[in-house]
Amino acid sequence: MENVLEIDSLRKVFTVRGATGGHEELVAVDDVSLSVPAGASLAMVGESGSGKTTVARIVAGLERETAGTVTICGERRPRRVWRSARRRFARHVQMVFQDPYSSLDPRQNAARAIEEVLVEHFDDGPADRRRRVQELLDHVGLDERQATARPAHLSGGQRQRVAIARALAVNPRLLILDEAVSALDVSVQAQVINLLIDLRQSLGIAFLFISHDLAVVRQVSEECVVMHHGHVVERGPVGDILDHPQEAYTRQLIDAIPRPGWVPRSRERRAVA
Amino acid sequence: MTPGPHTREGAARESGETDSVTSPAEPVLSIEQLTVDLPAAKQMRRVLHDVSLTVGAGEALGIVGESGSGKSMTARSVMRLLPRGSRVGGQILLSGSDLHRLSRSELRRTRHRKLAMIYQDPRAHINPLRTIGDFLVEGLLEDGRARRRSARGRAVQALRDVGIADAERRLRQYPHQLSGGLLQRVMIASALLTEPELLIADEPTTALDVTTQQEVVGVLDEQRRERGLSLIFITHDLDLAIAITDRIAVMYAGTLVETGPSHGLHEHAIHPYTRGLLESRPRIDRTDRLHAVPGRPISAYEVGAGCVFVDRCPYAVERARVERPLVRAIGGRLVACHRADELADRPLDSEG
Repeated sequence: MENVLEIDSLRKVFTVRGATGGHEELVAVDDVSLSVPAGASLAMVGESGSGKTTVARIVAGLERETAGTVTICGERRPRRVWRSARRRFARHVQMVFQDPYSSLDPRQNAARAIEEVLVEHFDDGPADRRRRVQELLDHVGLDERQATARPAHLSGGQRQRVAIARALAVNPRLLILDEAVSALDVSVQAQVINLLIDLRQSLGIAFLFISHDLAVVRQVSEECVVMHHGHVVERGPVGDILDHPQEAYTRQLIDAIPRPGWVPRSRERRAVA
Repeated sequence: MTPGPHTREGAARESGETDSVTSPAEPVLSIEQLTVDLPAAKQMRRVLHDVSLTVGAGEALGIVGESGSGKSMTARSVMRLLPRGSRVGGQILLSGSDLHRLSRSELRRTRHRKLAMIYQDPRAHINPLRTIGDFLVEGLLEDGRARRRSARGRAVQALRDVGIADAERRLRQYPHQLSGGLLQRVMIASALLTEPELLIADEPTTALDVTTQQEVVGVLDEQRRERGLSLIFITHDLDLAIAITDRIAVMYAGTLVETGPSHGLHEHAIHPYTRGLLESRPRIDRTDRLHAVPGRPISAYEVGAGCVFVDRCPYAVERARVERPLVRAIGGRLVACHRADELADRPLDSEG
C-alpha cells in the first residue's frame, strides 16, 4: 500500500538558553522513523516533552527538521519550502490542534471560517463553494444555527468540529490530530471520537493521532508508536502494546491510568528529580 | 487489560455494603441548600442550585463533573472565594460554624487553621520570588505556632512526608526550578503543615502527565489516610475519583444529580448522567464504540423548570420537562431522577 507519510531518521534540535545563561542544545526528536499507509491511523503517544508534538509540527511544515527526511504522498519535502510548494503540501496534510479557541478567528462564523480555506485553495464559483461548505458542515454535524455562530458562542466540542471541517476542506490525505480531543469534556469527547472514526471510514483519510491518552488511542488507531525523550521506544498494533507492553516505560504509562480497581502507587520516598 | 496486582478491590468488597448514604453523624463540613448567584452583565446568574452535601471526619468526598457543572464553585463557596457582589443562599457549616456568617478576622483564622486548598495550577498560587522554604515556613510563623528554627524543621519533615527526599536542597530552591509534579507535592506539604480539618483539592493533577498524576494522588491519598484528614477531591475523571475517595457526588449544570459510595460506582450508578459519563469514557481495555451523550453540557443558568439533564437524557419522560426531580435515597445512593427506582433495577451493562 502507498504511504501518505514517511519519516526517516528525523532529528530536531532546539537551541535554548541554559541555566547558566549560555546556549544549550535540546534534542527534542532523535532518530524517529515511521510511516502511515493511505487510510491508516497511527497513534503517537507519550508524555509532555516526549517530542510527539514536535514531530507533528515538522510533518505539518510548522517547524523545520534539523536532519532526516519527510516524504508526503511520495514527494520528498525539501528543507526549504516555497509558497507554491507549501500550498501543494497543505492539500495533502492538515492539522487539528488541542485548543480550537486559539486556532479559530474569533470574528469569523463557522461557515465563513470553512469558506476561507476553500477560497485560498480552489477556484470554485460562489455556488459550488456554498455547496461544499454545506457538505463539510454536514460531515462534522454542525447545524444551520451553529454555522452562523462565532466561536465564542460555540461550545468546545462544536469549535473542534469547525476546526475539523476546515481541515477537511482541502480533501487532505492525512490529518494530524494533536491532542485534538484532550481538552473536551468527557461526554462531548466521545461524540468527537465517534465523528473522527466515521470520517475516516467514509473519506478514507489517514490519521496521525497524537495523544497522551492511551484509552482514546485504542478507539481511534490500529498502530501506535510510544515516544519517550525524543525516541520511539516501542511500536506495534495498539492492542498488542496496551495488552502486552514490552518496554518498562510503556508499562509505567499504562499502569498510571485510572480505571476500575486501580490504586495509585505513589512510589513514595523515591528521590524525585 | 487486567487490573494490576496492586488492587485492593478484594479487601474493599469484603467490607460489604455498609457504606451509609450520608457521612457519619458529626460531619466536618455540611453544606445545606446552597445556592449561589454571580453578577454577570446587568443581571445575576445562578451557578449553583440547592446543593446539599456533607463530608465526615476522615472522609474523602469526590466531586465530579464537566466544565461549568459547579464543582469548583462549590469549593470556592466553602473557601468564601466568590467574586464581589455574589449572592449566597443556604448554609455552609464547618464543624458547626456557618462560614458565611464569620467576621473577617474569624474567616482569616478559619481559612488558616481549618481549611487548606490545592489548586490545578500551583504556579499561580506561589510567589515566584520567594524560596520554597520561605513559602512553607511563612504560614507557620505568621500565626505564632512555631519559631523559625522549628518551623524549618517541620518544613523539611513535611517535604519528606510527601516523598521529596532531598528536602534541605529543595527548601533553598525557587518555584521555577521545580517540575509541575514536584511543585504540586510542595503544595500538598504546605497544606498538611497547617493541620487543617478539611483539605480541598481542585483538579490538582489535571495539568500533569499520567505517571506524575499517579505519584501525586498517591501521596495525597496516603497522607490523608495517615492523618485522618477530611478531603474534597474535585475532578472531571470519575475513575480517578473512585480510586481515592469514599463517596462521590456527581454534578451537572450547578446541581447535584447523584451521591453515593465510590466503590462499585461502575455497577451501581443510577442517574442517567452518571451512567452517560461512565459509558462515554474510552476504556483502555475496550474497543467497542463509545456511547456518546448527545448534545452539549449546559450552564446552571440555562436550565429550565424541569430536570437539568432532560435535553440530553435517553430516559426523559414528560414529567421531567416540567418538574425538577428531588434528591431521593435509593439503593444506598442519593439520586435526583424521576425514574430512579426503575433505573436502580436495571444495572449498567459494564465489566467495571
